Amino acid sequence: MKIHEYQGKQLLKKFGVTVPRGIHCTSVDDAVKAAETLGGSVWVVKAQIHAGGRGKGGGVKVAKSLEQVREYASQILGMQLVTHQTGPEGQKVRNLLVEEGADIKHEYYVAALTDRATQSVAIMASSEGGMDIEEVAHKTPEKIIKVFVNPLVGLTDEQALTLVNGIGVPAASQAQAVAALKGLYTCYMETDASLAEINPLILEGNGNIKALDAKFNFDSNALYRQEEIVAFRDLDEEDADEIEASKFDLAYISLDGNIGCLVNGAGLAMATMDTIKLFGAEPANFLDVGGGATTEKVTEAFKIMLKNPKVKGILVNIFGGIMRCDTIAAGVVAAAKETHLSVPLVVRMKGTNEEIGKQILKDSGLPIISADSMAEAATKIVAAVK
Amino acid sequence: MSIFINKDTKIITQGITGKTGQFHTEKCQEYANGKNCFVAGVNPKKAGESIFNIPIFGSVKEAAAQTGATVSVIYVPPPGAAAAIWEAVEADLDLVVCITEGIPVRDMLIVRNKMKEKEAKGGKKTLLLGPNCPGLITPDEVKIGIMPGHIHKKGRIGVVSRSGTLTYEAVGQLTEIGLGQSSAVGIGGDPINGLKHIDVMKAFNDDPDTDAVIMIGEIGGPDEAEAAVWCKANMKKPIVGFIAGVTAPAGKRMGHAGALISGGADTADAKLAIMEECGFTVTRNPSEMAKLLKALL
Repeated sequence: MKIHEYQGKQLLKKFGVTVPRGIHCTSVDDAVKAAETLGGSVWVVKAQIHAGGRGKGGGVKVAKSLEQVREYASQILGMQLVTHQTGPEGQKVRNLLVEEGADIKHEYYVAALTDRATQSVAIMASSEGGMDIEEVAHKTPEKIIKVFVNPLVGLTDEQALTLVNGIGVPAASQAQAVAALKGLYTCYMETDASLAEINPLILEGNGNIKALDAKFNFDSNALYRQEEIVAFRDLDEEDADEIEASKFDLAYISLDGNIGCLVNGAGLAMATMDTIKLFGAEPANFLDVGGGATTEKVTEAFKIMLKNPKVKGILVNIFGGIMRCDTIAAGVVAAAKETHLSVPLVVRMKGTNEEIGKQILKDSGLPIISADSMAEAATKIVAAVK
Repeated sequence: MSIFINKDTKIITQGITGKTGQFHTEKCQEYANGKNCFVAGVNPKKAGESIFNIPIFGSVKEAAAQTGATVSVIYVPPPGAAAAIWEAVEADLDLVVCITEGIPVRDMLIVRNKMKEKEAKGGKKTLLLGPNCPGLITPDEVKIGIMPGHIHKKGRIGVVSRSGTLTYEAVGQLTEIGLGQSSAVGIGGDPINGLKHIDVMKAFNDDPDTDAVIMIGEIGGPDEAEAAVWCKANMKKPIVGFIAGVTAPAGKRMGHAGALISGGADTADAKLAIMEECGFTVTRNPSEMAKLLKALL
């Protein structure tokens, strides 16, 4: 689960990381009032969406008067902000953050994430802040420094100093930078984050260290114990179909192709998508119905897939284990009837009660195409939509 | 022979009295020598009682001491699952199989580091399979987990995969063309887990009753590449490899918590390329895994 920058900064502040003073707003008038409340002569008006690259897309502006705050706020609020992470249609801006201006002397990059290989928390830092870190990693990997934190021990002073020295923080500001890193690590652990990134972490002219941005992602398995984080959830920023699917405990992700697929198990679902591509078409979605599919769940899955106007055919691939093929077959028949299915449907079923399931499909009188292997199913659906 | 488990393995079930635990314990008992293998359950509130003729103990330590069990399987719900793993490790079991899906990553980070710390201090090493896995099976001997027993056939092919249903797919194909399995192991779809592809490949390499292996992976993480590099230098048996997720977009979690492309090296294409370089027979068509393997024998 992702959150907005202004929420991320609230979290960082709570864990002792200094952030600029700022106010979250949802209207132009509020933005001007926020600037007045903050005082000073320079403000930053920042679009709040769950995607990076906002500055390049025109979603971050520096205002030098209250009139400019008003002008920028009205430009940004309501715009379809397009960044490299939003896709070509962009994301509508519904929230703003108005912040005091900062006197930037240097921009660093710091982040915390879970490292699978070492089973520890990696803290990464770079002297090249303010840019796309993937580009830094690609062009100048030596400029990214990492330490691996044992969660039983925590981030040590020695490790924090390795990072701070490695990215060239001046001596007078090192204590503040160490405190910021420790705050970042504690925040990461306490909130069950899966990514916490500050880009840039800045050195100000007066030597202070501040987090100028905050990007978080959280472990969805841990949300049951993170009330504060769940309260930050902004459904406007999420895919409506994916939210609908999650209500029925379906893992759904929409993609760009025209063949809808319904599969049990994440690995088999990906393999089915890959097979569709191998035989010349593209999948319209990833959809894992999980282990305990009922007729209701299968029907909902069909409805969600069919909402996508690009879908020209559906492939159902089930390996019946605990979930029996006859249960799925009954669900598929009911779903096809309820949704008045008008696109070709290929069903491949294997495993427990396979024969009974196939018979149910046959007896339904529906034009369901049956297949024995994934390859055969993919060949048939690709042919049917062409 | 087989890897990790056989007909003489004695097993404790943690979470035996829950709905999932009951359902699968019955299925595991019904499979092959299951009746003799599943010897104990754990639930501190129901110690002294029994279920399906299996005695329930107050702790894993007590269950192990009373029955001689060396393996446990966990169906405990996510909030208590990491503690259940640690209880089994503290009881010095040989192997813990954690089926539970949805354990917070932080809990797994902490328990994995506690396990490493215990080993570093000279404590007994307990292997962990999972979490979020289907378990493992040695056909016609014993099954520990949630896989459908009837699709398996005893034989000499090893199968290892992160995904449950994709493991069944490989097993189903093998059985259909007459090739049985020595053991089939599902290592699970979580980012922080116990046994990895490399550990299972080492075990299959050492098993005199395994002739060849199907290794299935998916997008996300460095594990398949690590296993491939090890196999290139050490593996004496032919391997068919498949990686799911060629069509998965970067940055999206594909169902499994671990199935997420984060850098450049953990895409399906990158992993397939490394596996091919390391001598695997790789395929982009998951329907032909067994057929390809048969051609290698």
